[in-house]
Amino acid sequence: MTRVDLAIIGAGPAGMAAAALAARQGLRVTLLDEQPRAGGQIYRDVDRAAALRGDLLGPDYTHGATLTAALKHSGVDHVSGAVVWAIEEGFALSYTKDGRGAQVMADRVLLATGAIERPMPLPGWTLPGVMTAGAGQILLKQSGVLARRAVLVGTGPLLYLTAAQMLRAGTPPLALVETATRSDLLGAMRHLGGALRGWRYLLKGLGLLAELKRGGVKRHVGATGLAIEGLARAEALSFSAGGKSHRIACDTVYLHHGVVPNVQAARSLGIAHDWNAAQACFLPRLDIWGQSDVPGIYVAGDSAGIGGAKVAEEAGRLAALHVAQAAGRITQTELDRQAAPLRATLARERAVRPFLDRAYPPCPEALAPADATLICRCEEVTAGDIRNYASLGCVGPNQAKAFGRAGMGPCQGRYCGLTVTALLAEANGQTPDATGYYRVRAPLKPVTLGELAQMDQTAQDAAE
Amino acid sequence: MNNASPFLETETASRVTVTFAGAPLDLPLGANLAAALLTAGVGAFRQTPVSGAPRGPFCMMGACFDCLVEIDGVARQACMTEVTAGLQIDRPHEGDHDAG
Amino acid sequence: METDYTLIGGGVVGLSVAWGLLKRGRTVTVLDGDDGSFRASRGNFGLVWVQSKGMNQPRYAQWSQGSAALWADFAAELGDATGQSVPLEQNGGYDLHFSEESLQETVDKYNVLKEKLGGDYPFEVLGHNALRKEEPHIGPKVVGAILHHQDGHANPLQLLRALAADVRRLGGRVLTGKTVSRVSKPDSFRVTCEDGTTVTSAKVVLAAGLGAATLGPSMGFKAPIRPQRGQVLITEKLPKLINRPSLIARQVDEGGIQIGATNEEVGLDDRVTQPGLSGLAADAIAAYPALAKAQLVRSWGALRVLSPDGLPIYQHSATMPGAYLVTCHSGITLAAAHARLLPDWLEGTEAAPDLEVFSEQRFAVS
Ligand SMILES: Cc1cc2nc3c(=O)[nH]c(=O)nc-3n(C[C@H](O)[C@H](O)[C@H](O)COP(=O)(O)OP(=O)(O)OC[C@H]3O[C@@H](n4cnc5c(N)ncnc54)[C@H](O)[C@@H]3O)c2cc1C
Ligand SMILES: Cc1cc2nc3c(=O)[nH]c(=O)nc-3n(C[C@H](O)[C@H](O)[C@H](O)COP(=O)(O)OP(=O)(O)OC[C@H]3O[C@@H](n4cnc5c(N)ncnc54)[C@H](O)[C@@H]3O)c2cc1C
Ligand code: FES
Repeated sequence: MTRVDLAIIGAGPAGMAAAALAARQGLRVTLLDEQPRAGGQIYRDVDRAAALRGDLLGPDYTHGATLTAALKHSGVDHVSGAVVWAIEEGFALSYTKDGRGAQVMADRVLLATGAIERPMPLPGWTLPGVMTAGAGQILLKQSGVLARRAVLVGTGPLLYLTAAQMLRAGTPPLALVETATRSDLLGAMRHLGGALRGWRYLLKGLGLLAELKRGGVKRHVGATGLAIEGLARAEALSFSAGGKSHRIACDTVYLHHGVVPNVQAARSLGIAHDWNAAQACFLPRLDIWGQSDVPGIYVAGDSAGIGGAKVAEEAGRLAALHVAQAAGRITQTELDRQAAPLRATLARERAVRPFLDRAYPPCPEALAPADATLICRCEEVTAGDIRNYASLGCVGPNQAKAFGRAGMGPCQGRYCGLTVTALLAEANGQTPDATGYYRVRAPLKPVTLGELAQMDQTAQDAAE
Repeated sequence: MNNASPFLETETASRVTVTFAGAPLDLPLGANLAAALLTAGVGAFRQTPVSGAPRGPFCMMGACFDCLVEIDGVARQACMTEVTAGLQIDRPHEGDHDAG
Repeated sequence: METDYTLIGGGVVGLSVAWGLLKRGRTVTVLDGDDGSFRASRGNFGLVWVQSKGMNQPRYAQWSQGSAALWADFAAELGDATGQSVPLEQNGGYDLHFSEESLQETVDKYNVLKEKLGGDYPFEVLGHNALRKEEPHIGPKVVGAILHHQDGHANPLQLLRALAADVRRLGGRVLTGKTVSRVSKPDSFRVTCEDGTTVTSAKVVLAAGLGAATLGPSMGFKAPIRPQRGQVLITEKLPKLINRPSLIARQVDEGGIQIGATNEEVGLDDRVTQPGLSGLAADAIAAYPALAKAQLVRSWGALRVLSPDGLPIYQHSATMPGAYLVTCHSGITLAAAHARLLPDWLEGTEAAPDLEVFSEQRFAVS
């Protein structure tokens, strides 16, 4: 079995930057990612797509090519198409690639598994034709596929960006329906302070909005009473805004109200997490290098807390430097020297978060959905069911999961975990920290029994 | 190009024939299977085993499992699969929702 | 005094007993731990199982048989009362064998037990071909099976939910997120929780699963129980593939195939391991080769609550009269007996079952 100094899960900006730097320090590095090509979510398929449609996607996207290039020449063992499904003490990482199970042993592990979009349970959100805005973006980035008649619903910069990219590609969305209000944005301005980056973000956002306006994209703000209508697929979005009710017929609905850390890997290792009220999600508890309370396990990038691509990149490098020092490749002095500029960039980039968090708060009706709304897509459990389990004494999500199966399906709670915690916390009058989160276990993603059995030692011994 | 599909394709690639639920489809070689099926006009990829409700891709990043299809008897995420010639794609465990 | 009984532990054992007491008109308070506590009740295999139980103690075999016989009625009553069924199937279950020798050895043991039970032990032996008629997906490596007609399986989580709902409906007071730290008996019982909550009652039942090992000694019990880890797998929901349950695999009412379980002495560690999962997967495929293509969706480790001989413990405290210890390894199988029969023992009525062999006497000298 291979043993490396550092195993990294996730080839987004955090994982790619960390891998290249660690390799440059002489460490043996394996980088595992389930995607066929490096890039992660923001730079999905950048090597191929930048040439085809870099103009639509913009310079923030094409920047990713510098990271993939650095990775290519680094000597890192990048295993693409590798789905990591277990991380155990030691550390042993089990993964599947091309239908076969395999394992790599590592002295240290960096989790750079990125973010997922915040679950947005609204009536009708499980209908075919309803997707996340990120999914819309991936369709465009990776496949050059565009929705002809789409409505974008929710809040946040990614929503504007997706709309603008669609417009540039010649298929503007039918409407942009925002759940944030103008006062959210005005209130957020106070958090801009002197942060120059913040102003740039604000201007970028305003620039995108102006572009959309010029392109004739209709915009609604402060939308409430959102529901997706349709029997076998999405047919229309209905909502109220500006004191009027609206109904927009469409084929596709793209939902988005922010991204949250993908905590599956970190949770499976039992890493302590704390509720972050500003980001309305749990974050792993980390030291200044990104190391968790499980010594040797680091977390960087959006899976450590939403910071965006630039933060992910630098946080990945910080973790890699610390690993290099811990492995005796560089001295403490060298570590501090190299870390200083990275920290400066991180501080600058992070200064903008309070503004973004305040300007684009999650959609309230998706955080506390109506009783009839499905909140667990896999097992089809409603918000009312969860409230009922609270009345049966469920103080936390694990007991509720046992009673009603929420979180037991193939997505393993990725798209209901935060909602269940929020619903139970509210019903029991507890904090999210006291309520807790699902106990996440292997497999982090489903694996066939055949793939598992083929790794059985006794079976292997018998065959020899 | 499929004008009935809610999705528009902007790339041109050589096509290969696959089958979906028994019917032949020409899809771009090497394309993301979920994206290719969507552009080919397939909206519902499967029915849930719980209520039989139709579902199609939601996240396109391998996290939601709503794009599940069956290939060689194994349930796979279409959004994590690439199109190859001759692929036989079925709805997962067709018709078994009465089992549960 | 607030209630007649305080139950320490709201797992399947505590709730079954509480439900039975409420049905008899007693008032109860149930105190249960937090969301993260060890709970065999939500990690078990769901068998309502008779075969192989009590090979050396026929009374245990009988007690299990008695409970299995009461189960259908018990489940139906809970289902009616809560409006949500507690799925149960009692069409028999298999002990699958991969060698003729192990099959014959087991059959011999069953025959000995059958005699001690006066013939009430309805099992038959199926060779590979006969088994294949019953289970078309069985693999060639399975030489045969013992089909025991008193075996079956249930949905243990729906049982737990139904009990939690019905205990409340019947007026039981259930406090969750409470960890009991002290039990005293100045006069009546005072049960104190870590957060300061105190309840009083005439009697106390310690049904805290593994928690009994800590609390038991202070209440006059030996409580010699230990954890034993079992890892369990469950696949995606599949069309009907397995008809009857076995100790290797069963198809649950929701459609998934549940595969279990390891037996590991690893203390209070309920994690899953790749070797554990792989070994279980290999066994399941040997029994049902079609499972090789099934996706494993979830796995978990849960801790069995085991006494030294694997039998239940039912003990009245000598130093704290009115305190009872109730604990067992097969809490799902025994749920019906705990609900229907145990209250008579706690109340000391004429109808009380004879549970002498399950007392702590048997652990006398150490
Ligand atoms: C759908 C989506 C679209 C986004 N688009 C933008 C955008 O356009 N602009 C922007 O600024 N920000 C965008 N973001 C925010 C984005 O998360 C960050 O900007 C950036 O991608 C974070 O980088 P990262 O390295 O932390 O993680 P990511 O880039 O998300 O990379 C994580 C990688 O880990 C892999 N992975 C996760 N779990 C496993 C596992 N178990 N086994 C194997 N591999 C695994 C994933 O395949 C992925 O490639 C988007 C986020 C999402 C979810
Ligand atoms: C892998 C596995 C497979 C199994 N398969 C089967 C099977 O197929 N059939 C079968 O019949 N049985 C099976 N069992 C056994 C069965 O699950 C147990 O016998 C049963 O669940 C025990 O229930 P319990 O209520 O005693 O314990 P638990 O479910 O562990 O509940 C104990 C409760 O007490 C609470 N508690 C603990 N300490 C305190 C305290 N100090 N204060 C307050 N509350 C406290 C806890 O919060 C917990 O809820 C299996 C067990 C395992 C682990
Ligand atoms: S669309 Fe979500 S997993 Fe494929």
